[in-house]
Amino acid sequence: MNRFWNYWIIVLTTVNVVAMLWLLYMTARKRPGDQAPGEATTGHTWDGDLSEYNNPLPRWWLWGFYFSIAFAVVYLALYPGLGNFAGRLGWTQESAWATDVRHASRESTARLAHFDSMELDELRENTEAMRTARNLFAANCAACHGTDAHGAKGFPNLTDHDWLHGGTAAAITTTLQQGRQGVMPAWGSILGAEGVEQVANYVLSLSGQTVSATLANAGADKFAQTCAACHGVEGRGNMALGSPNLTDNIWLYGGTVETIKETVAKGRTNRMPAHLALLGPTRIKLLTAYVLNLSQADHTPRPNDHDSTEETHHDAARSGQSSH
Amino acid sequence: MQQVERYNDRVVRQFALMTVVWGIVGMLVGVIIASQLLWPALNFDTPWFTYSRLRPLHTNAVIFAFGGSALFATSYYIVQRTCHVRLFAGRLAEFTFWGWQTIILAAAITLPLGLTTGKEYAELEWPIDILITIVWVSYAVVFFGTLAKRRVPHIYVANWFFAAYIITIAVLHLVNSAEIPAGPFKSYSVYPGVVDAMVQWWYGHNAVGFFLTAGFLGMMYYFIPKQTGRPIFSYRLSVVHFWALISLYMWAGPHHLIYSSLPDWVQSLGVVFSIMLIAPSWGGMINGIMTLSGAWHKLRTDPILKFLVVSLSFYGMSTFEGPMMSIKSVNALSHYTDWTIGHVHSGALGWVAMISVGSLYALIPRLYGKTRMYSIRAIDIHFWTTTIGIVLYVAAMWIAGLMQGLMWRAVNPDGTLTYTFVEALKATYPYYAVRVLGGVMVLGGMFLMAWNVWKTVAGCGHAEDAPVLAPAAH
Ligand code: HEC
Ligand code: HEC
Ligand code: HEM
Ligand code: HEM
Repeated sequence: MNRFWNYWIIVLTTVNVVAMLWLLYMTARKRPGDQAPGEATTGHTWDGDLSEYNNPLPRWWLWGFYFSIAFAVVYLALYPGLGNFAGRLGWTQESAWATDVRHASRESTARLAHFDSMELDELRENTEAMRTARNLFAANCAACHGTDAHGAKGFPNLTDHDWLHGGTAAAITTTLQQGRQGVMPAWGSILGAEGVEQVANYVLSLSGQTVSATLANAGADKFAQTCAACHGVEGRGNMALGSPNLTDNIWLYGGTVETIKETVAKGRTNRMPAHLALLGPTRIKLLTAYVLNLSQADHTPRPNDHDSTEETHHDAARSGQSSH
Repeated sequence: MQQVERYNDRVVRQFALMTVVWGIVGMLVGVIIASQLLWPALNFDTPWFTYSRLRPLHTNAVIFAFGGSALFATSYYIVQRTCHVRLFAGRLAEFTFWGWQTIILAAAITLPLGLTTGKEYAELEWPIDILITIVWVSYAVVFFGTLAKRRVPHIYVANWFFAAYIITIAVLHLVNSAEIPAGPFKSYSVYPGVVDAMVQWWYGHNAVGFFLTAGFLGMMYYFIPKQTGRPIFSYRLSVVHFWALISLYMWAGPHHLIYSSLPDWVQSLGVVFSIMLIAPSWGGMINGIMTLSGAWHKLRTDPILKFLVVSLSFYGMSTFEGPMMSIKSVNALSHYTDWTIGHVHSGALGWVAMISVGSLYALIPRLYGKTRMYSIRAIDIHFWTTTIGIVLYVAAMWIAGLMQGLMWRAVNPDGTLTYTFVEALKATYPYYAVRVLGGVMVLGGMFLMAWNVWKTVAGCGHAEDAPVLAPAAH
């Protein structure tokens, strides 16, 4: 703030506060001719019967007012407020925030330190570690993947064995640390409406659905030409590209002809955000262990996991709704 | 024979009746959005009926349609009675009525269509903003014209407050709505980034201070002494709290932007001026309540007085709560939670709606040459349903807000959050249900009022304007 505005603020604030004090002093003062409280009105009458007493200001109210002004003066001496004057305490919201964060992370880092030395498999069996991981998942991941990690349209189910980018510990760690992009190009203008219809039918036939054979046959060639590069000749997908397996009847966006046509015609762009900077390596490790537990339902001790992932996994697969 | 001069009561009657109508509409929409928060299915997947579009409709309807009509009605009534003259520029006053109703209709159409500037309480797009400016300037001409031709030397205290509210709202509206049109229904604010935010909440808070407070204090300063038949407690208290209120309010806006990208020094000024606002606010409450001293027994028989007194109590409560919420560490807890919503409605329902309803019950019979409303008992029932409804609403939101604030910040020893957002939301549902119940009670009271007004007014045929009263000899 330049000098002019600095002084402008200081002067304006001071004038208002001083004016307030003056006003209080002047009106609270006894003056000759003041009547005793409640004795007579000011002598003016409006609308037949409206008039005013001129009782003194209630003491407690007056002192309350003075007190609030004193509070303001002290506050402005201690904290930033009067223009460029930083206040005696040197407080800023940024430094206060940074201090809080430093304290909190020092404490929690100390709490989590002993997990650093543990192997993934150990962590997966460790009740305390998995409780922390569950909370981390709830706070950082559930908004997209769901509290139960079953996903939603566009957000993959993490409890099945089906992976876009890979279900090994290394692949999951990479996913969490660096994030992932899933880009399916739009084919509408190249294939035309008819081509999209044919290819969509072919895609559905890959997972054994009943479709129009003529359309699907016509689509097979087009698939080999345009789609196989990413989804593979047999449509089994490619984890290096994040292109999904189209033969397993598990869908990220849905398995109806309409949705598949939409995917093919308009394409899809999807993003799993990177979390390393946000969470740090220890928490990523805990979450990797947690995600591994989620997907490997046969893995027995899964603390804090009330609902049976096993069952719901089959349900999801059977109904062919979401997802990978 | 000399023609007797009469007050212009026609425009007052028009605004008074529309206050009841808009009260019902606005609170009905309030009950609908309260229900949508409880049962999201009530959005019906219909764009214009979704919460996001109805919420600004609610705020505009209750503040500007209901509150605004009440202010027009009472200010026109009071300025004539206390200046002992007929309203200045009758045709212009009539224009303010039709103009204001047109603005409300335009809001009721454009907001559900999703046309909005996105600035809270200033959502209406630029063509409507221009109409607001024209109507408001006309309002000022009528009001100050009447003041200028008054037949008493002293300006009655209620008129100070009305004058301050009319001038300030004009300035606030002009500054905050400065925008660059980009087509007939779209505009962009002229202010960049954080300046825009500051201008918006300078507007927002002073809309509270001058529209929802100063104007209604004007109402209070007329109807409390009238209804009790007693002089106002203290002239000098009214002088101090008037000047303190209007000068301090101007600074308090930043308390809406605590812990934001607003520079620290601006936030602090917002905090200290909010703290200094307690006493001037309470000055108004004390002056009202002390006016009653010696007439407390009237509370037993006069439900209108009950409305007025309880409204002052809510006023005192919310103007103590507000400054507390301005303190940075308290705001860190209350901001974003339903505590704010509780504070809003203890002010807006408890103070604004109660004082308006009480004043209307006193005003309407007089406008139609009656001595009292058709049913006093119905007023009493209205009083109790409203009071209980508001207490349910406000208490539920206080508890919910505090709970949300505490749940959001709860941290486990390992540094993870104890609760997810959804858990806090789930815990809020019972309180949302209580709010719906409270809202329905308040709304029910409004329907009862409509019936009572209908019974009082119907059959009056052509209501006569009252003759102008000669000023008292001094
Ligand atoms: C903003 C939403 C969002 C958040 C938050 C998020 N994810 Fe994801 N995640 C996605 C999306 C979208 C994908 C799919 C990316 C794609 O289509 O290739 C994904 C993919 C994944 C995958 C790979 C799935 C596969 O089949 O290969 C894993 C594992 C995963 N997320 C775990 C997590 C964990 C653990 C967290 C919390 C630290 C998290 N995600 C937070 C949106 C999110
Ligand atoms: C450049 C590589 C690439 C090509 C070529 C490609 N896809 Fe894809 N496809 C992807 C990726 C990556 C995804 C996953 C998108 C995401 O993560 O949101 C995907 C997703 C899909 C899906 C959605 C699957 C689900 O689970 O909902 C369908 C269906 C699909 N592709 C069909 C096709 C068809 C048909 C073609 C050929 C016309 C094609 N793809 C060509 C990369 C490709
Ligand atoms: C039956 C009575 C009422 C009910 C049920 C009701 C309900 C609601 C609801 C549900 C919200 C949204 C809260 C949220 O976003 O979480 C709201 C907001 C609001 N209401 Fe009401 N309301 C009522 C009466 C009033 C009245 C009479 C006024 C003013 C005179 C008013 C002024 C407001 C304001 C200003 C907001 C916005 C608050 C904010 O943004 O912080 N309401 N109301
Ligand atoms: C001295 C008086 C008052 C002060 C200092 C004050 C202070 C505050 C504070 C700190 C907030 C919360 C801001 C936030 O965290 O977002 C707030 C919100 C609000 N107050 Fe007050 N308040 C006062 C009186 C009133 C009164 C009397 C009313 C109503 C008649 C009222 C209406 C509102 C509204 C509508 C909001 C919500 C604004 C929004 O976010 O949309 N306030 N007030």
